[in-house]
Amino acid sequence: MKIAAVVPAFNEEKAIAGVVSDLQQVAVQNALSLDVIVVNDCSTDRTQEVVSGLNCIALHLPVNLGIGGAMQTGFRYAWEQGYDLALQVDGDGQHPAEEIVKLLAAQRERHLDVVIGSRFLEKKGFQSSGMRRTGIGYFRKLNRLLCGLDITDSTSGFRLLSRRALELVSEYYPDEYPEPEAIILFAENDLSVGETPVTMRDRQGGRSSIGPFASVYYMWKVTLGILFTFIRVKNKVR
Amino acid sequence: MEKIQIIAILISLLFLCYIGWLIVKGRLREEYAIIWILCTLILVVFSFWRNGLDVMSQLLGIIAPPNLVFTGAIFAILIYLLHLSITVSRLQEQNKTLAQDIALLKQKLKARDGK
Repeated sequence: MKIAAVVPAFNEEKAIAGVVSDLQQVAVQNALSLDVIVVNDCSTDRTQEVVSGLNCIALHLPVNLGIGGAMQTGFRYAWEQGYDLALQVDGDGQHPAEEIVKLLAAQRERHLDVVIGSRFLEKKGFQSSGMRRTGIGYFRKLNRLLCGLDITDSTSGFRLLSRRALELVSEYYPDEYPEPEAIILFAENDLSVGETPVTMRDRQGGRSSIGPFASVYYMWKVTLGILFTFIRVKNKVR
Repeated sequence: MEKIQIIAILISLLFLCYIGWLIVKGRLREEYAIIWILCTLILVVFSFWRNGLDVMSQLLGIIAPPNLVFTGAIFAILIYLLHLSITVSRLQEQNKTLAQDIALLKQKLKARDGK
């Protein structure tokens, strides 16, 4: 099993080295054939320098594409290079490397195409703010309504994708705030999606991509994205 | 012919020449040029044909002729803005694919040099 760990990084000069070395350490401990792929989304700080000095695969984007476009770059690499599985791990240290074992175990036991690491299944670790949780609850209802899937942590960017899922996302992946929208994309393309409990930390450095003013826009954008993805895929299938 | 009419004719003809020059120089793609030529031609026609506005308004049942100008212009601008939004979306999509290809190719080159 060749595994790719795709780490999107935008201005993560402080956290990125730790994230990469933690992942590589966990890979050695568990005898995984895992390559770390850092996607530097045209950072304006020293991220490029830091990443180039690390012993990992680095993809440097010439222009800033946002989280979705950056993730897709990593997915395309993993797809083209023939990886069997691709992990998605945030570059800010929110996702502890040892938790990838849980995602891999869930994939092995339940034969899932997409495994999502959820903070809320066991309610351990960093739980995000009340406002955020309200939004996440809303996406949970929306997804349940449209595709009958109950995903407790739809905004979680801690995921594991099978090769079938990789093929799909290297073709199309949402640009901005892709996580909740991607769930419906997976579900409507008949991929099996499941969750497994993980613990997360609060971010180790950098700032959230979503400020308070952006959250209203976020809700609208993602709701529209989910609805249009739903309609688009439904039309394609029939 | 009144002063304002001469000014209007001069300006719209100048504008037409400018559009033509832009196309000749290759600074304006033909697909956009069509719209601009059409708009300028309408300007030219109405600056020669002074009663045109009144005639057209009456034909369409508009009481105050300036309202025809505003309605027409706003409608045209909205359509054109939509067209530009579509163009920008397409360019953004192409730009994304290109940027990703560059990042992937750079990595491939580096991997090859390393061997």
